[in-house]
Amino acid sequence: MIALLMRDLRLAFRAGGGFGLGLAFFLIVVVLVPFGVGPETELLSRIAPGILWVASLLAALLSLDRIFALDYEDGSLSLLATSPLPLEGVALMKALAHWLTTGLPLTLAAPLMGFLLSLAPEAYVYLFVSLLIGTPALSMIGTFGAALTVGIRRGGLLLSLLVLPLYVPTLIFGAETVRRGAEGLDPTGAGILMAGITAGCFAFLPFATAATLRINLR
Amino acid sequence: MLQVADLGCARGGVPVLKGVTFDVDQGQALILRGPNGIGKTTLLRTLAGLQPAIAGTVTFPEDEGAYASHADGIKTALTVTENLKFWADVHGAPLADDIFATFDLSDLRDRVGGTLSAGQKRRLGLARLGVIGRKVLFLDEPTVSLDAFSVKRFADWLQNRHLAAGGIAVIATHIDLGLAAPELDLSPFKAALDASGGADEAFL
Repeated sequence: MIALLMRDLRLAFRAGGGFGLGLAFFLIVVVLVPFGVGPETELLSRIAPGILWVASLLAALLSLDRIFALDYEDGSLSLLATSPLPLEGVALMKALAHWLTTGLPLTLAAPLMGFLLSLAPEAYVYLFVSLLIGTPALSMIGTFGAALTVGIRRGGLLLSLLVLPLYVPTLIFGAETVRRGAEGLDPTGAGILMAGITAGCFAFLPFATAATLRINLR
Repeated sequence: MLQVADLGCARGGVPVLKGVTFDVDQGQALILRGPNGIGKTTLLRTLAGLQPAIAGTVTFPEDEGAYASHADGIKTALTVTENLKFWADVHGAPLADDIFATFDLSDLRDRVGGTLSAGQKRRLGLARLGVIGRKVLFLDEPTVSLDAFSVKRFADWLQNRHLAAGGIAVIATHIDLGLAAPELDLSPFKAALDASGGADEAFL
């Protein structure tokens, strides 16, 4: 399974792999917001948690359709399905590779972007932690969505429509964690709920993803 | 080692073959024949476990099956060696050095997959079979886009390395591979078009 993870990471960093696209998208969206809503620091600082979370969610969405589509097209997915790797493990490794190439860079870059939106100083640590815990769920849910739409021509848009509603709980509790942190309230409740969603996703979705892949490969 | 009994398989919900029965012993190959659309690919995918059979059973030693089709699963951004190394790692097998010579890939080791010609890609795809060390091979048109020389080379590998070591191969092909193997014509197993069509009549 490590071989699969290493291959996916290597592919992401090679030419045409799309590494950094999500991060660049995140950067641009966040930079655009002050142009759109005006440069009032008070307003920006109030909406910063929500903007940062929505932007990272959209950035994570960008590269989802590549998770299985490329392997499906060149036949690797069929070959993986007949290999000794369990498809559940394949799903988990795919989600992990997606997180390492999008979620983790987003998490690391978000505090920097928070500065652009004059995020409250107390909120930085919560922004970082909430993204660190929340973005893996985005990758895992997205992997499930990618499995649902694999083999469908131009399935990217359908994938977004399927996956975005499933992102809502993570978004609500993630942004709430940061907002509460920024206002000096206790953010643990929202944070723990979000961590619970992430844990639940990783417990159930690899199996759902594998079952979906088996059906889609028929 | 491979037993297929009364197998029925469907493509897109429509039954294409039924009652397929054959045995393949250790060290033997079976060539599937039949016109386009008879269901050779469907049969091979069913045998490999990629799709469920609608009837009958397929038995072969667990975790010994490997499937190879028109799509080679080659990553265009990885080199030939990296591609093979990946499949070797996935199957927990070593990447033997002689595999490059066997499949005429020695000069291409560090070439990126995307720059290979169709025939070279095919050779790389077939080399995967030599790497993963599986005993029961389901090969769908393995010689497409290979030149005569490469076909001979592949047939030699199949006969002298794979089958000689007790392996099995079920091959769908339209050309003569030069293997001493029995042939199975699939035409008699064609499923009648209305084999499951009774369902519609209830609503008419």
